[in-house]
Amino acid sequence: MRAVITVIGKDTVGILAKVTGICAKYNVNVTDVSQTIMQELFAMNMLADIDGLTAPYGAFADEMGALGDELGLKVHVMHEDIFNSMHRI
Amino acid sequence: MLNTHDILETIKMISEENLDIRTVTMGISLLDCAGDDVSSVCGKIHAKISRSAEHLVSASAEIEKRYGIPIINKRISVTPISLLTAGLTKKDPILLAETLDRAAADTGVNFIGGYSALVHKGYAAGDKELIDSIPEALARTKRVCSSVNIGSTRAGINLDAAYHAAKVIKQAAILTKDDSFFGAAKIVVFCNAVEDNPFMAGAFHGIGEPDTVINVGVSGPGAVRAAVAKHPDATINELAEVIKKTAFKVTRMGQLVGGEVSRSLGVQFGIVDLSLAPTPAVGDSVARILETMGLSVCGCYGTTAALALLNDAVKKGGVMAAQNVGGLSGAFIPVSEDEGMIAAVRQGCLTLEKLEAMTAVCSVGLDMVAVPGDTSDEVIAAMLADEAAIGMINNKTTAVRVIPAIGMKAGDEINFGGLFGSAPIMNINTFSPEKFIQRGGRIPAPLQSLRN
Repeated sequence: MRAVITVIGKDTVGILAKVTGICAKYNVNVTDVSQTIMQELFAMNMLADIDGLTAPYGAFADEMGALGDELGLKVHVMHEDIFNSMHRI
Repeated sequence: MLNTHDILETIKMISEENLDIRTVTMGISLLDCAGDDVSSVCGKIHAKISRSAEHLVSASAEIEKRYGIPIINKRISVTPISLLTAGLTKKDPILLAETLDRAAADTGVNFIGGYSALVHKGYAAGDKELIDSIPEALARTKRVCSSVNIGSTRAGINLDAAYHAAKVIKQAAILTKDDSFFGAAKIVVFCNAVEDNPFMAGAFHGIGEPDTVINVGVSGPGAVRAAVAKHPDATINELAEVIKKTAFKVTRMGQLVGGEVSRSLGVQFGIVDLSLAPTPAVGDSVARILETMGLSVCGCYGTTAALALLNDAVKKGGVMAAQNVGGLSGAFIPVSEDEGMIAAVRQGCLTLEKLEAMTAVCSVGLDMVAVPGDTSDEVIAAMLADEAAIGMINNKTTAVRVIPAIGMKAGDEINFGGLFGSAPIMNINTFSPEKFIQRGGRIPAPLQSLRN
């Protein structure tokens, strides 16, 4: 199973390190990263393998959300199937 | 890797445009709970609902988390309770209503639908008692929703049932006077009611349905409005394409979530209802879509045409996105639950007559419409009959959810709170249809060939 981690907001030092730090803590393997500036916002997408999660998915998603709140960014963790089903026939 | 634009579009639709799954509704057959002793029937009903829907709320919450998409309502629909009332020695269905309410509370759902009777061709055993009991049942319970089917294209319209239902609506409003007449908001009077509707207050689990089933209703007026707003200079047929594409995406999400909830519960996945269901939140309004299409205010001339296009495009986009489509499928126009509709009524642009015309081309009918408290039973019955006639002739589902605001007059406002919003009390034509309604009987089924 793979999740898409999305970080949207103002670019600041250390975002990537903090997000991947949480991934490592939960044994989540980041398989791809892309980032872009869209409408003056920093947007980073990470594709992560969550098969080896050491805690419930909800706990991982909540911690990412809390990190977003702390940094003033929006951090979403969503299963990749939602994007596949919405945007691919 | 997924396309960044697609990812951001999805996130924007959810976080800024109020895209959500409006309801995951579990249909549960109660036919195997029938019996003649009311306490034994109640016991069986409670046990079956508790067993079937035990994990509905928790499974939905888990899937909500996994996909990051809000599931607003978790609900249950059951076999029309008149069918269970039929076999009771003492035909008092109030205890069944209280059992449904308790089962709904125990499973954590916010509404349970199916306190219903289907009387389009006439009354069978238990139907009269059930309909008579609706006002009290709704006043004594919190979560129970009720519906009455008074007509169909195949059977015509049962005018006696329309009159009966009108009296019941009025009485429900009287009994819940201190609760914003909310009893009346929990009754839907249908023509051509469907068996797999996931939306309240009209959901019931039809007798042609499997034992248990998951039906899903999607939403997304905000996402459609945002998509339309990006094309200010598009022609109408280009707009139709934009709406279709958005509806496709919205519906795919419903298909995904419904499938996952079904798999997780081990219950058959029934249908996705291709719906545009508004809420009172700013930006989640069907009226505002019509206005973004170019109408100055919803309700002006052009509204029916714009709504017809919107409704059709939603279906065309959605039908390819879902494996099985059903329910009411189309744009809903509940006045109190749509911020733009409320504003249009307040401005005096959206009238009851225009709303009635709109119901001929969209999903369902006169929904969450508040009328003055002194509106006679006959006028309400005639409103039900008119709406049923639109459904009967056009081979579509129509419904009325009308709230007689006892002690209030046109221009006043009822505030329901939450998803139910607030309803400006509408001006109503008070010329009497009394003689017509009091004739009773049944309007014969219409000719279905030689169509003009």
